[in-house]
Amino acid sequence: MAPRTLYDKIWDSHVVHTYDDGTTILYVDQQLIHEVLSPQAFEGLRLTNRRVRRPEATLAVADHNTPTTDGRSDETAEDDAKEQLAAIRKNCRDFGITFFGVEDKRNGIVHVIGPEQGVTQPGMTLVCCDSHTATHGAFGALAFGVSTSEVEHVLATQTLLATKSKNMRIRVDGRLPFGVTSKDLILAIIGKIGTAGGTGYVVEFAGEAVRALSMESRMTMCNMAIEGGARAGLVAPDEKTFAYVKGRTFAPRGADWERAVAMWSQLPSDPDARYDREVVLNGPDIAPMVTWGTNPEQVTSIDGTVPDPEAAPNADARKAMANALAYMGLTPGTRIAEIKVDKIFIGSCTNSRIEDLREVAKVLKGRRIASHVAGIVVPGSQFIKQQAEEEGIAEIVKAAGLEWRNAGCSMCLGMNPDRVPPGERCASTSNRNFVGRQGYKARTHLVSPVMAAAAAIAGHFVDVRSWA
Amino acid sequence: MEKFTVLKGLAAPLAVINVDTDMIIPKQFLKGITRSGLGKHLFHEMRFDEDGRENPAFVLNREPYRKAQIIVSGDNFGCGSSREHAPWAILDFGIRAIVAPSFADIFYTNCFKNGILAVKLPQGDVAQLMADAESAASATMTIDLAAQTIRRHDGREIGFEIDAFRKRCMLGGLDDIGLTLEHTEKIAAFEGRQRRSLPWLYDRKPA
Ligand code: SF4
Repeated sequence: MAPRTLYDKIWDSHVVHTYDDGTTILYVDQQLIHEVLSPQAFEGLRLTNRRVRRPEATLAVADHNTPTTDGRSDETAEDDAKEQLAAIRKNCRDFGITFFGVEDKRNGIVHVIGPEQGVTQPGMTLVCCDSHTATHGAFGALAFGVSTSEVEHVLATQTLLATKSKNMRIRVDGRLPFGVTSKDLILAIIGKIGTAGGTGYVVEFAGEAVRALSMESRMTMCNMAIEGGARAGLVAPDEKTFAYVKGRTFAPRGADWERAVAMWSQLPSDPDARYDREVVLNGPDIAPMVTWGTNPEQVTSIDGTVPDPEAAPNADARKAMANALAYMGLTPGTRIAEIKVDKIFIGSCTNSRIEDLREVAKVLKGRRIASHVAGIVVPGSQFIKQQAEEEGIAEIVKAAGLEWRNAGCSMCLGMNPDRVPPGERCASTSNRNFVGRQGYKARTHLVSPVMAAAAAIAGHFVDVRSWA
Repeated sequence: MEKFTVLKGLAAPLAVINVDTDMIIPKQFLKGITRSGLGKHLFHEMRFDEDGRENPAFVLNREPYRKAQIIVSGDNFGCGSSREHAPWAILDFGIRAIVAPSFADIFYTNCFKNGILAVKLPQGDVAQLMADAESAASATMTIDLAAQTIRRHDGREIGFEIDAFRKRCMLGGLDDIGLTLEHTEKIAAFEGRQRRSLPWLYDRKPA
């Protein structure tokens, strides 16, 4: 057989049928759903009298609309969110789907819960009605976002209509320097390839720097593959992957575990597999990154400056840059390290795992946030919250003057009570800095968790490498 | 999904390029739980002023276009986000077909998934249909999907191209799910094999 990539192998092992034009009925091993984009899928099933083919292969959570303050319940959500929160509860009950509601100790952000529960496993196909489903690619699972109609398709048939993407490999040689995280790496990659650079591809992240990353850091990286335009991001499974999955609720056990590891070990790309495109970066060259504009490609390093639209290659680019700077309230030439921040958001499916919170605590320990700054730290799941409390992280966060919240999407998307007020500037560990994403007229700068924590203390962006 | 065979209906002229999904249905209307009912918010910002009063100048607020079943519009219709609420709102308003020189990819696919015929025509043809739509006397046209023609008020016809698979689905009212379910045996066979090699995936219960 011709040498194959990791993506080729997962794809091949899930093809149910291929139509003449290449459209493929692809088997879906696992679906995750949340309250915002699933109700119409169930409405569709009811209207057509269809059943859910395999209820045990879908897991549901409430995370997008939910409040993160203590004493929360569906009732403390915003009024226009209550209908969706009630709907997912009823839909899961009616169709026999496991649901982690806001009161459940297993609740959290959908892309944090999947891996935490051991639902996410190497070699599987996994979909969710959220763009950042690529997160699960960190386990060597083929994972991508789908639309509401597709959710309905998966519920009814356990398959999806898909066409095969091309293969891209992004290889990062060497190691990342001290103070530089996988968030900085993925921002640097998007800065290099652009928000459409990965369009039409599934991207495999490889190389020494990626191998050296923890599972949490790999998830951060794959999470943002979509921001570079890719259909999905992947990292080949290895010993770290197996160690992370082992013993979790949904993971295989006993003899099944041995069989699983044997199969998963066959997944990495064959040595001479071909890629349609290859991009190479040098790990030691990466610096902490900060976005300055209204898409993740508009990014520079902490020692950079806000760029000048006059330097843009053409009129369209000039206009786009000028618009972004006007929205962000920034002047060309300003040093990134001089930009003052009002809000700090540490959370989202990009950066809210225990490792992120531990690193944040190291920066915050024994310090206070600047007097003009306010912010929240939102763990990715209630289990992570509990663990962080046991490790003393919550105390450090609170002592520094930041609020400690319950798990949820929170300020990532401005769809629940956690929003950045109009005109305010937020250092955010989330994944999208689009116009209005964190709230009406909110100004978002995407950064790593340690960079956000350091900005909270200093009151402006600051090079965390000099903080050790 | 409702079948699409022959549609004789009134066409509304919307001579704008880059009609995006935010214009079609803004973010504040995404909090519902049904596909139906979105039609009253279609083109919200163009149709209503800040106090919710109708803007009399907007085409869908004028007679006879309140009952339009076809929209004729400019390039790159449906660009912006991938939200499916856009085709849902259009369908719920009563529109079954959109004619434009080009469409955004995801929107185009989503139209067919929801039983809306999206017709791509050269600029010149769209300009003629736009002119027809602008006067009530000539705004009624007949779209015959089987024949792939649009018959104008005076009987002249314009032909259009469409992918054979999409055409078959629209004519038969076949949705993607219905088509895939024709392959149920293959799906079951796949599951039979997978259950033997990955049995734990078939026995998933939370602790
Ligand atoms: S945290 Fe943000 S990106 Fe992640 S699932 Fe929630 S809304 Fe989507």
